[in-house]
Amino acid sequence: MLNLYTRRRIYNAMGLTVSVLAMLFGLFWLCWILITLLDHGLPALTPVVFEKMTPPPGSAGGLLNAIAGSAMMTLVGTLIGTPIGILAGTYLAEFGQRGWMAPVTRFINDVLLSAPSIVIGLFVYEIYVVRVKHFSGWAGALALSILVIPIVIRTTENMLRLVPSTLREAAAALGAPQWKVINFVTLRAARAGIITGVLLAVARISGETAPLLFTSLNNQFWSSNMDQPMANLPVVIFQFAMSPYEDWQKLAWAGALLITVSVLTLNILARVLFRQSATTH
Amino acid sequence: MDIEIIANPKITIKDLNFFYGNYRALKDINLSIAEKMVTAFIGPSGCGKSTLLRTFNRMYQLYPKQKATGEIMLDGENILDPKQDLNMLRAKIGMVFQKPTPFPMSIYDNIAFGVKLYENLSKHDMEARVEWALRKAALWGEVKDKLKQSGTGLSGGQQQRLCIARAIAVKPQVLLLDEPTSALDPISTAHIEKLIDELKEDFTIVIVTHNMQQAARISDYTAYMYLGDLIELGETSTVFTNPKRKETEDYITGRFG
Repeated sequence: MLNLYTRRRIYNAMGLTVSVLAMLFGLFWLCWILITLLDHGLPALTPVVFEKMTPPPGSAGGLLNAIAGSAMMTLVGTLIGTPIGILAGTYLAEFGQRGWMAPVTRFINDVLLSAPSIVIGLFVYEIYVVRVKHFSGWAGALALSILVIPIVIRTTENMLRLVPSTLREAAAALGAPQWKVINFVTLRAARAGIITGVLLAVARISGETAPLLFTSLNNQFWSSNMDQPMANLPVVIFQFAMSPYEDWQKLAWAGALLITVSVLTLNILARVLFRQSATTH
Repeated sequence: MDIEIIANPKITIKDLNFFYGNYRALKDINLSIAEKMVTAFIGPSGCGKSTLLRTFNRMYQLYPKQKATGEIMLDGENILDPKQDLNMLRAKIGMVFQKPTPFPMSIYDNIAFGVKLYENLSKHDMEARVEWALRKAALWGEVKDKLKQSGTGLSGGQQQRLCIARAIAVKPQVLLLDEPTSALDPISTAHIEKLIDELKEDFTIVIVTHNMQQAARISDYTAYMYLGDLIELGETSTVFTNPKRKETEDYITGRFG
């Protein structure tokens, strides 16, 4: 008896040690990245970064046009992608038990979810940029929205499936037609989870570089015209970090820190929101 | 069997069979439900009592692969007739579930949700209706000052009474209760049992229960089911003191199940 118990304790200690080591290993790299980022980024993050445009090599400047461009394209991409994603996710969760449409849609969505973002960029380049013959903010937003859709579909479907079927039954038992059951009961019950999914999608696209390289490209000057090439943080970071100019490299660090902090904030916000909803149910 | 003993039937079931895929969960059920009385379905788990209850408002239609055959007549209309308007039918037959199911909205809106589906009431009339339903469900005193608060914030017993209020607010004729007290503490259970006794003045009530004492306390008629068969239906006092069938006696006296 004691022997069995001792052995179990040894196994437990071993398992615990291995998992703690694995956790520390993962955390080590993450901390290293964050520390390097803060180390280089904080000194570069001056008020000028938010006041001036991206400079030519050798002169001082900021990232204002890139920050604004990123914000605009992320916003438009989210606004296009979210309704489509929520509607499609609702279809999969609420109407998807019968027929072949839903399983096929779900499979294609999974493929889209794991598709490399550079492929999405090339796709939009091919169907949009080539036709209008110039890079533009719209093209960038379009590429980002294609990245948003599968994430929102997946989270919406999952969150709706978490809604207990008795809640649907209770609404149906009152004689409510299905669209009312979905609109007023199930979507409402899953609201916090769906918003969390949208926030995670925003976090995901705000750091995407590859799809923007082929679509919005870059713009050294201030531009709020979505039909023109548009500056954005990821591409500016890519360009500036690879350059030999020290000013540019500093700005790249500042931009990298900005993106990381905003993604981190969004992620934390999403978690807080989701946890709140989990406790009220 | 036994149809003749019900003098004033609200619902009459003839040759009802129910299938989950290929599994036959109800076998040639024939029974009647007396108007403005409480009829209890008792039996061991899996005997088909909840399945039977869920055929009365065709709740099974939400799920593919479930189907019912036979006839369930409510006031001369066949509930199982595919031409029957499902939502109008469900407005006539209210249902309360085992677990409380408050909607994610305010207490007031929980009640108003069902009413708005069929009636176009003025704000004043709607307020009166909400109060009426909450009073009927013996919940008004506890929630009258917090009607705008979320229904999910109430205690389990209050939530269940909210669900009963929601079901009766649309003024149905029949009330289906699927083990309404099995998730509740004894005090809440006593509340709801008292409520059922009062509600039968206005509604025909069918209740599924695992609790035989509960069936004995609150029902006028009791149906004992086993493995998809209706074994016996009779007046509750007779079924519990002098059952006609040996199987019923075994179950009630605890020799089985």
